[in-house]
Amino acid sequence: MNEVSNNTYHDKIVIRLIQFSVIWAVLAMTVGVYIAAELVWPTIDFGQFWLSFGRLRPLHTNGIIFGFGVSALMATGFYSVQRTSHVPLFAPRLAWFCCYGWQLLVLTGGLSLLAGMNTSKEYAELEWPFDIVIALIWVCFGVVFFGTIATRKIKQIYISNWFYGALIIVIAMLHIVNSLAIPVSLTKSYSLYSGAQDAVVQWWYGHNAVGFLLTGGFLGMMYYFLPKQSGRPIWSYRLSVVAFWAFTYSYIWAGPHHLHYNAIPEWVLSLAVVMSVILLVPSWATMINGIMTVSSAAEKLKTDPALKFIVLSLAFYGLATFEGPMMAIPSVNVVSHFTDWTIGHVHSGALGWNAMITYGTFYFLVPRLVGVDLYSVRLANIHFWMALAGTMLYIIAMWGAGVSQGLLWLSVDEIGELSFSFKDIMSSMTLYYALRLVAGLIFLGGTVLMAYNLFMTLKGRDAVKVQVPAVDPAYGVGS
Amino acid sequence: MSGLALHKRLEQNAGLLIFGILLVSSIGGLVQILPVLNQEVVDEPAVNARVYTAIELTGRDIYIREGCSVCHSQQIRPLIAEVERYGPYSRAEEFIYDRPFLWGSKRTGPDLHRVGGKFSDDWHRVHLIDPREVVSKSIMPGYPWLARRDASQAGNITAKMRGLRFLGHPYSDEDIEAAPSQLEGLKEIDTLIAYLQMLGTGYDEEQAL
Repeated sequence: MNEVSNNTYHDKIVIRLIQFSVIWAVLAMTVGVYIAAELVWPTIDFGQFWLSFGRLRPLHTNGIIFGFGVSALMATGFYSVQRTSHVPLFAPRLAWFCCYGWQLLVLTGGLSLLAGMNTSKEYAELEWPFDIVIALIWVCFGVVFFGTIATRKIKQIYISNWFYGALIIVIAMLHIVNSLAIPVSLTKSYSLYSGAQDAVVQWWYGHNAVGFLLTGGFLGMMYYFLPKQSGRPIWSYRLSVVAFWAFTYSYIWAGPHHLHYNAIPEWVLSLAVVMSVILLVPSWATMINGIMTVSSAAEKLKTDPALKFIVLSLAFYGLATFEGPMMAIPSVNVVSHFTDWTIGHVHSGALGWNAMITYGTFYFLVPRLVGVDLYSVRLANIHFWMALAGTMLYIIAMWGAGVSQGLLWLSVDEIGELSFSFKDIMSSMTLYYALRLVAGLIFLGGTVLMAYNLFMTLKGRDAVKVQVPAVDPAYGVGS
Repeated sequence: MSGLALHKRLEQNAGLLIFGILLVSSIGGLVQILPVLNQEVVDEPAVNARVYTAIELTGRDIYIREGCSVCHSQQIRPLIAEVERYGPYSRAEEFIYDRPFLWGSKRTGPDLHRVGGKFSDDWHRVHLIDPREVVSKSIMPGYPWLARRDASQAGNITAKMRGLRFLGHPYSDEDIEAAPSQLEGLKEIDTLIAYLQMLGTGYDEEQAL
């Protein structure tokens, strides 16, 4: 018995985490659609505090990032680290603790946001008791992940593990530093930093949570699952390594570009602009590496919906990582800052890159985990087109809204008087906001289709027991 | 050892890789954040800056609780159109007593940094309960529950002020002792209005544009 369990991969936990991830995706996107509707019909909170926009919006972002995103990263990280190390998970019980502990955290944390426990720091809204639990579970995640790498049978640590590793280490650092606060009750704390200092620390965190979780973590997913799915090795392994270090070094500097023309020291902003533009290089190097990897397997793109999702996600990755540095340039930022353009930019990343690569990976992974074909390839193809249409419509609506807001706010007539009142600009956004609502509904509809498809694929089936393969001595530890 | 050989070791040693990631990723933060934490312009209060009174602090925490900063910035950029629309641009030294900062990242509604004194208390009251009563096309949610809840129930004011004093805000023992009685009889909406009415009043008129 012991012999067997020592030689099979732990895949049940991967299935469970995928299930949770899909549930959070559907729930958090539903909240997103609801708050999009509130911007069109402001009275549909019915005077209920827990339906109020200001409380639902952090619920939406936290549900997507920590529920959908982190669960997907744990699932794929646990799956790929076992395969690339040729050992089962280190400390599987601790891994299960991470899995369920994290879900409980997302659930209770979400409820606390509805109750109004909110630090107001973006993507770090949860109050201090949750911050401590996050740190604890994160350390356990790190122990399982790095423990598996430490006990590996393959000498080389594969590149996907570097990105997952950077995710664990850097997010721990950011989370702890940014969350430092003095608790004054169980539900309230005051930040250790004040004013401008708090702003710089918060956006160092906020920008790099995007960087190392939503970009780096998901690049780990890309580096394992894209070669697997296309049946081709990484086009240039060396490029992936160079891009990794360039990415890890330069991303961390870019945070203050969220504070252009704000009351923080000029030199911090200048540094952030330069590093933000430089960041385009490792980002696009990675995108090119991915596209070149798949280019020789282009035939598969016609038949495999999972691969289609991943390739499309790379295109959106390229778009978002081009747009980002452009928006960090002060003369562009002066128009885009504080507008819906930012919301559009975030969603071209979150829908186009994060969600799509995750969907592709789930369509690839779930049938393999239970040893059957996907329940319906046709539904997956329909989902693909819905996801693409929803994302495009969303981005276009928000560009329209954002660029108009930015230009109209700044517009002055020939004698220097403001051309438009804020009210008039705001109330002219209805059409864009309605379009965005439709876009969100289409995207959510596709996600529900996937949830059904994966549910039917998994229904009543158990994880296939996969034996750890023998290690080729040429690549083994000690070779 | 050549660079490539060094990197080969890194690729095969989990401990070294962890160390490498930590080292490389921390440089940017260290260079940017440490000096800012010690820089005088963001550390010295503005001439007129003062700590929030017990009532304003309660209002500010309600502003945070309801997520007002999701849609309203408190940061006027030094641009002609912004100064015309909102008033003198925001300066770092005005935010010394802001924990956390509430500059925001999105203006679905207008900036509020200098909203203090621009509207009457009564206007705010009506507007907060049902924004469309005074701004017909507004898409802001109403906050009717603020008019029903007692301000004294919105957190432990003395614990809050003690916590802030620990962080360096100059509250005296008398300030803290008097706080609960100041909140007596007030509804949450009253404290929020008090906070809104003092917003942006802490700048030095001589220096300001």
